[in-house]
Amino acid sequence: MAFYFAQLLTGMANASALFLVASGLSIIFGVTRVVNFSHGSLYMLGAYIAYSSMTVLPGIIGFWASILVAGLAVGLIGMIIEVCVLKPIYKAPELFQLVATFGVILVIQDMALLIWGPEDLFGQRAPGFEGVVEIFGERVPSYDLVLIVLAVVVLIGLWYLFTKTRVGILVRAATQDREMVSALGVNQSVLFSGVFFLGAFLAGIGGAAQLPKGSANLLMDFGILAPIFVVVVTGGMGSIWGAFVAAMLISVLQVYGIRFLPNSTLVLMFIVMAVVLVIRPWGLFGKPEAAGDHGSQGPPPKPFRQLDPSGRIIVAVIIAALTLVPLSGVNFLSVLFADIIIFCLFAASLHYILGVGGLVSFGHAAFYGGGAYVAALFVQYAGTPMELALMLAPLGAGFAALIIGWFCVRLTGVYFAMLTLACAQVLWSIVFQWDEVTGGDDGMLSIWPSAWASEPGVYYYLVLVLGVGGVLVLRAMAHTPFGYALRGTRDSALRTEAIGMNVKLIQWMAFVFAGAMAGLAGGLFVFAKGSVFPTEMEIATSFDALIMVFLGGVQSLTGPIAGASVFTLLQDWLSRFEYWRLLLGLLIIFIAILLPGGLAGAVDQVKALLGRAPKDEAAP
Amino acid sequence: MLEISNIHTFYGGAHILHGVSLRVEAGEVVSLLGRNGAGKTTTIKSAIGLVRPRDGRITFDGTETTSWASHRICHLGLGYVPEERRIFSDLTVMENLEVGRRPARDDIPAWTTDTLFELFPNLAERRYNLGGHLSGGEQQMLTIARTLMGNPKLILLDEPSEGIAPVIIEKMAEVIAEFKAAGLTVLLSEQNLHFAKLVSDKAYIIESGEMRYEGTIAELEANSEVREKYLAV
Repeated sequence: MAFYFAQLLTGMANASALFLVASGLSIIFGVTRVVNFSHGSLYMLGAYIAYSSMTVLPGIIGFWASILVAGLAVGLIGMIIEVCVLKPIYKAPELFQLVATFGVILVIQDMALLIWGPEDLFGQRAPGFEGVVEIFGERVPSYDLVLIVLAVVVLIGLWYLFTKTRVGILVRAATQDREMVSALGVNQSVLFSGVFFLGAFLAGIGGAAQLPKGSANLLMDFGILAPIFVVVVTGGMGSIWGAFVAAMLISVLQVYGIRFLPNSTLVLMFIVMAVVLVIRPWGLFGKPEAAGDHGSQGPPPKPFRQLDPSGRIIVAVIIAALTLVPLSGVNFLSVLFADIIIFCLFAASLHYILGVGGLVSFGHAAFYGGGAYVAALFVQYAGTPMELALMLAPLGAGFAALIIGWFCVRLTGVYFAMLTLACAQVLWSIVFQWDEVTGGDDGMLSIWPSAWASEPGVYYYLVLVLGVGGVLVLRAMAHTPFGYALRGTRDSALRTEAIGMNVKLIQWMAFVFAGAMAGLAGGLFVFAKGSVFPTEMEIATSFDALIMVFLGGVQSLTGPIAGASVFTLLQDWLSRFEYWRLLLGLLIIFIAILLPGGLAGAVDQVKALLGRAPKDEAAP
Repeated sequence: MLEISNIHTFYGGAHILHGVSLRVEAGEVVSLLGRNGAGKTTTIKSAIGLVRPRDGRITFDGTETTSWASHRICHLGLGYVPEERRIFSDLTVMENLEVGRRPARDDIPAWTTDTLFELFPNLAERRYNLGGHLSGGEQQMLTIARTLMGNPKLILLDEPSEGIAPVIIEKMAEVIAEFKAAGLTVLLSEQNLHFAKLVSDKAYIIESGEMRYEGTIAELEANSEVREKYLAV
């Protein structure tokens, strides 16, 4: 019994940082409707700044003051992010804010590397709390108790702030109807910046307070991102109590999980979330989000057009040019262009669900990596030839999308996005932790094409046929009756349902189709590289696809192709620089702010300037 | 006190107001009449800065406010009572009032929760209830009380009689009469001519985003042709 109580305390101590960071994310989302992806980076900065501050301010007072300093500094950084990055794009569709904050992650990662270097920095122990205390005969680190007290103090502080102070009441009111709050004389701009300060402050404190238990390192940002999403979504977006209860629940389960099912700890967290969301789609303490409650999200999407004759000629010329690549005799070019085509297919499949279907998926890498692993597993364990494996990859990925999609399409908006992310993380963690079968972190090697396609030039043609074919199928599917129905669910789910269509079924089928096409891209990828690693499934890969789609422009079928091509070339080129993430991050932020239509939109703008504006009529 | 001249307002690509002008003098109660979709709400939202006219000019109390943010216009003394009431349903009555609270002005008597509870006794009984738990009529009172907490000089009332019981409509008419007596200026949008007649001095009629008629309430009452043309349902 005493042992379980000690474990409970450990779980609660682990929950402390999670609660602080998650409550900050939740408060920011509540008021600004922005899911701040860079919140994990703020947590990381908290730890680094506290570390530096502790070297300057030693001793007992120095330790505690450093935690406060880190909180304030990170709060200020959060405010700077809000003012410089988010303020210009609040009125843009939510994807822009997500992508821009993702750009911030990249920038902060390289800034931290630049300032603090690549090594883990171990923090000092908390003065006076270095030892252990005995509770019912079990030894518990005394700093764990400090962390539990900190979480409770912050919870009470936030409760007081939100119920007893004018600022807190304004924030709650703005969470419900920020336009009305502004008409009643409250400066929204100041309120938003203030809320960002508070949210970032909490993340900074969270990062600083866990320093004595670990280190400040460059993996902290992505490391905490998935858990805080799980906490916020499970607890209910915008609910402080929800964040507290969910953080406790998940951390405590985690601790017991390590005891009994050591290999399933990552999965466990996501299963808790999936169960909660299926029963209560808006989380334990959240409220259902009323559609259209928060003002319009940018102009209505332009209808997709089928290519006009000149467009068809351009496409034919591009494809013809692509067939010439291997004739150059430079293998490197064949490999690079095969990569580009594969990513085009991957991005186009995401665009089908995101641009055509209007559902922002954050976990599309699950199907891309899933397809890759399906192919690799069949080759490794069943000796399946490449040709068959390439057929099984989309089938396997489509099957995964069938199951994941069943859960996800029940939700919309950010909840959909976060659930797809969480489901992708479940698949990732299975692949990552199931060493015996998938090789875990070491990946699966020697998955080569059949003999006839082993030359890079020949395999390139295979990629060209299947990749370009896949992209054309995706394009054509936007112009079928099914595509029209899907676009109907995007533009007005209510009206689509009112004319007798099953919205959820349409979305589910689109999700499966998009997943299968991503699986095909993954299958092509694994034979191109000869290996597959869990990285193909991780969050960063899902983000790569999102950025490709975003870069190209969501409101155009050509967008993802342009975006994937530019992104792949850009990454190839930028990765020569030591601080390429910084450059890429800044570029993403600038595009989010300056080119709201993406590259394809920019082309339209230029055309319009030249007086050759494309006709705006709907596709026939 | 409030002068709207020749404004053109758009929602996305849709051109809603085609050069609307109106004037409200200090101490007046002016009705903006018109059918559903005529542009009444858009005119009012343009005045408080929730939508920005692409062209034209709005001045309040001698200051041009055309491109100002809502909160600054509110600080000048323009109070906005929205059509859908937009109560903060998760906040108590007291908290709703707190959101609207602004410092007193020198030239007009300041409203407090006590004076407002005198005006709306129902709210006093329910001060610790959540806004979402109030009846439609109580919410209508609360939205007006919330705006009064900002001590406005001019109140924009968007369709105050819509969707509430006749008893409450009478109460609204009394409340507006009290405002006038207290020296407040009111611009209200209405479809209900009967209600407008009870309270206002002057009337404008808007249709398809253009002003079609301007005159005193007495003149409008005498002019059955205009009433038939623009107001009959």
